[in-house]
Amino acid sequence: MLRGGLAVAARGETYLSVLVEVTSMAATTHGIGGLTFDPKKRELPPELGVALALVLIVVVFEVLGRLLMGDSFLFNTREGASGFLNTARLEIIILQVSIIGIIAIGVTQVIITGGIDLSSGSIVGATAMIAMSFAQAGDIYGNPNTRAVFIDAGLVDLPLIVPLIVGAVCGIVAGGINGLLIAYTKIPPFIATLGMMVTARGVAKWWTRGQPVSFPTESYAAIGLGLMPVFIFAVIAIIFALALKYTIYGKHTYAIGSNEAAARMSGIKVARHKVLVYTIAGLLAAVAAIVLSAKNLTAQAGMGMMYELDAIAMAVIGGVSLSGGRGSILGTVLGALIFGVIISGFTFLRLDAYYQEMVKGAIIVGAVVLDQWRQRYGASKA
Amino acid sequence: MSDIVLKAEKLTKHYGGVHALEGADFEIRKGECVAIMGDNGAGKSTFVRQITAVERRTSGKVWFDGNYVDFQDPLEAREAGIETVFQNLALADHLNVPDNLFLGRELIKFKLGPFSILDYKAMREATLEGLKKTGVKIPNISNSIQNMSGGQRQCVAIARTATFKSKLIIMDEPTAALGVQETAQVENIVRTLKEHSEPVILISHNMRQVMDLCDRIVVFRRGRIVANLNKTETDGQDVVAYITGAKTQPQFEVEAAA
Ligand SMILES: Nc1ncnc2c1ncn2[C@@H]1O[C@H](COP(=O)(O)OP(=O)(O)OP(=O)(O)O)[C@@H](O)[C@H]1O
Ligand SMILES: [Mg+2]
Repeated sequence: MLRGGLAVAARGETYLSVLVEVTSMAATTHGIGGLTFDPKKRELPPELGVALALVLIVVVFEVLGRLLMGDSFLFNTREGASGFLNTARLEIIILQVSIIGIIAIGVTQVIITGGIDLSSGSIVGATAMIAMSFAQAGDIYGNPNTRAVFIDAGLVDLPLIVPLIVGAVCGIVAGGINGLLIAYTKIPPFIATLGMMVTARGVAKWWTRGQPVSFPTESYAAIGLGLMPVFIFAVIAIIFALALKYTIYGKHTYAIGSNEAAARMSGIKVARHKVLVYTIAGLLAAVAAIVLSAKNLTAQAGMGMMYELDAIAMAVIGGVSLSGGRGSILGTVLGALIFGVIISGFTFLRLDAYYQEMVKGAIIVGAVVLDQWRQRYGASKA
Repeated sequence: MSDIVLKAEKLTKHYGGVHALEGADFEIRKGECVAIMGDNGAGKSTFVRQITAVERRTSGKVWFDGNYVDFQDPLEAREAGIETVFQNLALADHLNVPDNLFLGRELIKFKLGPFSILDYKAMREATLEGLKKTGVKIPNISNSIQNMSGGQRQCVAIARTATFKSKLIIMDEPTAALGVQETAQVENIVRTLKEHSEPVILISHNMRQVMDLCDRIVVFRRGRIVANLNKTETDGQDVVAYITGAKTQPQFEVEAAA
């Protein structure tokens, strides 16, 4: 990157070489204060590092698999199975991360503004319960579904649009309240969303007094069928990757996270923008809730428990900086894949779930430490 | 008095018990370059923050461009035509030069509310144009500004004010952190603006610079204006006497004593 005389001095080289450098640079025309630069040298995209990490982790599991299990992680080794790659495993990995991945897309945007959202897991729980109760079938194999929440009111077999709108409203309301609290009362996002985390979980339990909500209509169940969750995740990722890169929304999201005071002084309506970002995060948590409950064919009050941490982990692993201003959807998607590969790799190596959780914690902390390093040593080394 | 660009009357700002600005009367006319001087903590930046609606004033009135104004936020002030280089640079570290230049007023290709599509190409071209106009040389404008030197960042901030059509430019200590070359460059920008008879409010501690560039000097002391001096009727020593408190102009006497 830029390398000025001062930078050279700071690196502790001799005074003479500094002098020589300054005088020689004074003659160049392409930098103020005699700074030289290499126009060909651009900043490397930080996602590159994350992609390399993903590849590295896959390789590690491949090697460990061959050594310990005598099996391949990535490739098809079974007799008779068709195809070169172990597509079954890859599908499971992607399917596993896509629902939390949807949440992570929203959380990424919140973190880029310099905030945090701890409420997404609980919003998943509350939304799943409420939306599902408007998506129940009237009868099961010919018998009336007497345990449907609104069977007495006749609110069964409703068109798909009803639970979708109900779910969206749940997410928008919860996210909107987060945003309003953070933008206008100036309480830290950590506290505001912690409050929502507890409250929304309460709503999830209160809605049916703890009873699960089951037997959705066929159209609702179709949302979670097969690779549908992956498809929804991909579409949402693309939409917000584009929005962050090519729209005013994205520019202001980064600006607020990078320097909130500067954003305000430049005329960006910071409070209003924050409300929008948290509302979108809430809405995406609601989408995840609908997909999850459709996939499981049931909603329970404890659904989505701790998803917020997994979503934050995906973002942080993907290079989204917890101090704001930096990160991308592509990074988060790669982070989600790393997350999925690690979980799947542990299962593949037949390690206990206990170890999985312990390592997950270590990975989250490790990613944050990495982020701190990145901050300190600048983007030029990313 | 149609040539008065900005007029402030009894502008006051209290931060709790701190009376950072007290009853400031100020005006600037078309084509004028007015310097604001005063010791650290005299209230100069506070004055700027009230004019530009970065903060809400405690009391007082402001007229801009012939109209009474009560800007609700900085965007309104910018849109009315006040461009400001703030003392604590209002730049976003992780964004590149064009993004910073157009922060808060991005050019768009396609209007879609908050999701309006950015016109990167136009912003890039306008940035190169603006940098050329102000003589600012930045190596690679697509790099984020976090690794640029203080001087370069300052130049980006100044180029921002000069890129947009404005009716008043305010610079709060624009050369405080700059080397000799960069300072000269910034001073040249101010001269260019003067040639186009753009009014400039320049806050500076640099007496030579003020004497070189400005027509009038307003001195702040402990939140109050204590002198309003024409350059032709004063000199460096005189100004210092007002800054330090050795002298106060008679018309400001009563308030200063209060
Ligand atoms: N947000 C705030 N809260 C409380 N006091 C403040 C605040 N901002 C400024 N002040 C106080 O108001 C006074 C004026 O500050 P101001 O920044 O206007 O000084 P200044 O004249 O610009 O000084 P400098 O030359 O150092 O930039 C100072 O005493 C400062 O401590
Ligand atoms: Mg100041």
